[in-house]
Amino acid sequence: MNRSTWRAWTVIAFAAVYFILPLIATFEFSLRLLRGQYSFEAYRIVLGDAKFQASFLYSTVLAVLTIVIGAALVVPTAYWLQLRLRKLRPVAEFITLLPLVIPAIVLVFGYLHLYNSSSFLPLTASERGADALLTFGYVTLALPYMYRAVDTGLRAIDVRSLTEAAESLGAGPTTILLRVILPNIRVAVLSGAFLTFAIVIGEFTFASLLDRPAFGPYLQLIGANRAYEPAALAIIAFLVTWACMGLINVVGRRGAARRTT
Amino acid sequence: MAFLELESLRKSFGATTVVHDFSLSIERGEFITFLGPSGCGKTTILRMIAGFESPTAGTVRFGGDDVTQRPASQRRVGMVFQSYALFPNMTVARNIAFGLRIAKRPEPEIKTRVEEMLELIKLPQLADRYPYQLSGGQQQRVALARALAPRPQALLLDEPLSALDAKIRVSLRDEIRALQRRLGITSVFVTHDQEEALSISDRIVVMNEGKAEQVGAPAEIYNNPKTRFVASFIGTLNILPAKIVDAGRGLLSVNGQNVATSRKLNGAKAGEARTVALRPEALSLDLGDGANTLKGTLEDVSFLGAIVRMKLRVGETLLSLDEFNQPSLKLPERGAEVAVACSPDEVIVLE
Amino acid sequence: MSLAQSLSTAQRRSSSGALVAWLGVAPFFVFAALFLVFPSALLIVGAFQDGTGAFTLVNFAELFTPSIRAAYLISLEVSAASAVLGAIFGLLVAYAAVGGGLPIWLRSAVATFSGVASNFAGVPLAFAFLATLGRAGLVTALLRNELDVDIYRAGFNLLSFWGLTLTYLYFQIPLMVLIITPAVEGLRREWREAAESLGAGAFDYWRRVAFPVLWPSLVGATLLLFANAFGAVATAYALTGSSLNIVTILLYAQIRGDVLHNENLGYAIALGMIALTALSNIGYIWLRARADRWVK
Repeated sequence: MNRSTWRAWTVIAFAAVYFILPLIATFEFSLRLLRGQYSFEAYRIVLGDAKFQASFLYSTVLAVLTIVIGAALVVPTAYWLQLRLRKLRPVAEFITLLPLVIPAIVLVFGYLHLYNSSSFLPLTASERGADALLTFGYVTLALPYMYRAVDTGLRAIDVRSLTEAAESLGAGPTTILLRVILPNIRVAVLSGAFLTFAIVIGEFTFASLLDRPAFGPYLQLIGANRAYEPAALAIIAFLVTWACMGLINVVGRRGAARRTT
Repeated sequence: MAFLELESLRKSFGATTVVHDFSLSIERGEFITFLGPSGCGKTTILRMIAGFESPTAGTVRFGGDDVTQRPASQRRVGMVFQSYALFPNMTVARNIAFGLRIAKRPEPEIKTRVEEMLELIKLPQLADRYPYQLSGGQQQRVALARALAPRPQALLLDEPLSALDAKIRVSLRDEIRALQRRLGITSVFVTHDQEEALSISDRIVVMNEGKAEQVGAPAEIYNNPKTRFVASFIGTLNILPAKIVDAGRGLLSVNGQNVATSRKLNGAKAGEARTVALRPEALSLDLGDGANTLKGTLEDVSFLGAIVRMKLRVGETLLSLDEFNQPSLKLPERGAEVAVACSPDEVIVLE
Repeated sequence: MSLAQSLSTAQRRSSSGALVAWLGVAPFFVFAALFLVFPSALLIVGAFQDGTGAFTLVNFAELFTPSIRAAYLISLEVSAASAVLGAIFGLLVAYAAVGGGLPIWLRSAVATFSGVASNFAGVPLAFAFLATLGRAGLVTALLRNELDVDIYRAGFNLLSFWGLTLTYLYFQIPLMVLIITPAVEGLRREWREAAESLGAGAFDYWRRVAFPVLWPSLVGATLLLFANAFGAVATAYALTGSSLNIVTILLYAQIRGDVLHNENLGYAIALGMIALTALSNIGYIWLRARADRWVK
């Protein structure tokens, strides 16, 4: 092993310590609920807590809604922009950059003033309305990632030829999108979906300020009031994120294998 | 004494041996080409000469000096890459000056040398351009100038023309050869294009699967290929199974027909199997005197512009036969029984 | 069909096709208008107004009151510190993973972990660091019991500027790795070899070729890290609460209705944030365009 490989291993080792140590510490801490022994009691309490189940369910449902709405918005748009409205592409790309530029807290500030009870779209006035607003906020947050994933997927397939082939066989636009394009960018959409899921599950700012019972505010609540359960929650949150990323990798590798056969 | 000596070079990556016991002596000022298909080990040997790979066994010597353990930065060899590898953050002039700056030469000397090199590659007007503003051919010439500026003891070129358009490839390879002759610098050229190798080399090393199949001048390799691989790699070749009839008189039997060759059939016994190779241009419809004739069925006629290519079936083999396109040429029809001639000199017998 | 007929059919098809396309992209742009453009526009306009709706620059003046200015300053410092440190360490990790001659599985492990860790923020992250370096944390206890080193006696405190910066690094470093890896992969091996064949050692190569080529990407990535840290709320809220008064916490409190009783000032704070993150992102985009041009 030559000198530069040695140096590389040293860097990786230091990084590994910095990144893995907190996880170990958290896990160790989460096992200490019962005095004097290691147990999974904290996990049992957390997973059995009605509020945990309710808020996790709430966030999951909203995550799925976000993914569906996000995909429904992004896929046709990216498709038509690539096929016919190429000049509008920079505009769309700029729009998808905005959520990265405008911090979430600023956005929700804007929502609260724009969609309060005295506006043209009084979304904050009712609970369902606030749920809708939260979902739309999540779609906005996930937009850059969803758009980039779908756009990359569309670039990899020959959109024009597929469309023309389908048209010549008599298909209309909806059919083309649903039965020709979508199946071919399935991997890209799934990647965007898993990333969206990870973002929504852990999101705090929007949910807290819109006062909705999501997972993020629940985490904050537990963190402020309890000692050992937050550690268990942190590990659970990390595992959920890891699962999402892992699924992206698995889906991506299977999609790539399919394309080469 | 040879200038660049490679002795028993071997390179293995784990369990795979890429280069087997390769030895070669290269004279000073010689232009030698390593020719072979992808994966034959030619680039690996070049990189061992440059110092980017260390040999598993064997030595590399420059003028008697053993450099095998020396790092690349201390070998004073110029290298030209297939992808040009010009430094994107520097102008053409600064790229060319790079080696001299590293060697801490005085500025006036660097300036003069850069101008000299720009004149040599005939691109003085591009001194302040950046690589992304140049065409592929221009970038490669600059890469050449950069490699030559610090006066290296040898020039190594790793498929430098493969990334270029066909026309530029031809003009640039002539330029490279002219430059090399003018400077008299020992050069090792790697390519998979046999036409390139044949046109510019002093000697060619034909390589296959980590071994040298034949080393010789272009004409020698083309006219007298020693092995079937060399024969089929260089140019188009017709290959026919044959049996020895009379070794002393150089007679072989091809598909029941007798063919005479002027090559030596040393120690061969009658009845032994051999492989006979014939170039398409060696066969002719014009049956002169004293020549061999081969009879067969004409299966196809293709008009390729300057050349008419015919396919003749002789037993199991489909022979390719090329004739120059002339208005007076009367072409036989498909399916006709045709006889073609070839002189005994042209009949190659392979080992 | 005559030529004229087939031409007009083609025209009709293309214009009806265009109409469908416009209809297809409309929902996206309507959504963007409603949930991105209008809220931002409202903020921008509102920042220039006072309570009665008249045009004024008073809000911007009030941004410079000590408490708000202090909040901006701390935000800037934490963001800058975590951005620069994140950039340096992220580059080291990325370079080690890509070019250090390490096994391939390690490279994809680093990439996957970076994807996970860059999303790991908020309460879980804050708590993880509390469990590690808090007063009762694992490492704190280990150092005290095994090496007799009490970091808290020596002045360290996780609930502080440097504690927050250290915590932010947990998602900043992976973000840097994700952003800079393509640029590091773009450092072609042939450049290194060409430089070596011309006599350059590692130092000369880095100084004359690698760093100049990477520079725009490095600065751009640092700016992106800065914007990322600047907009972070949850982690800070969970870790330092209101003890470390950064802008996002300030805005958070203001939205909750607590502090300022001045809606337009809130707009101004928000606008100040947008301005800073926008500048960072513009810088990033411009620098990336420059970097792409060279490596064409």
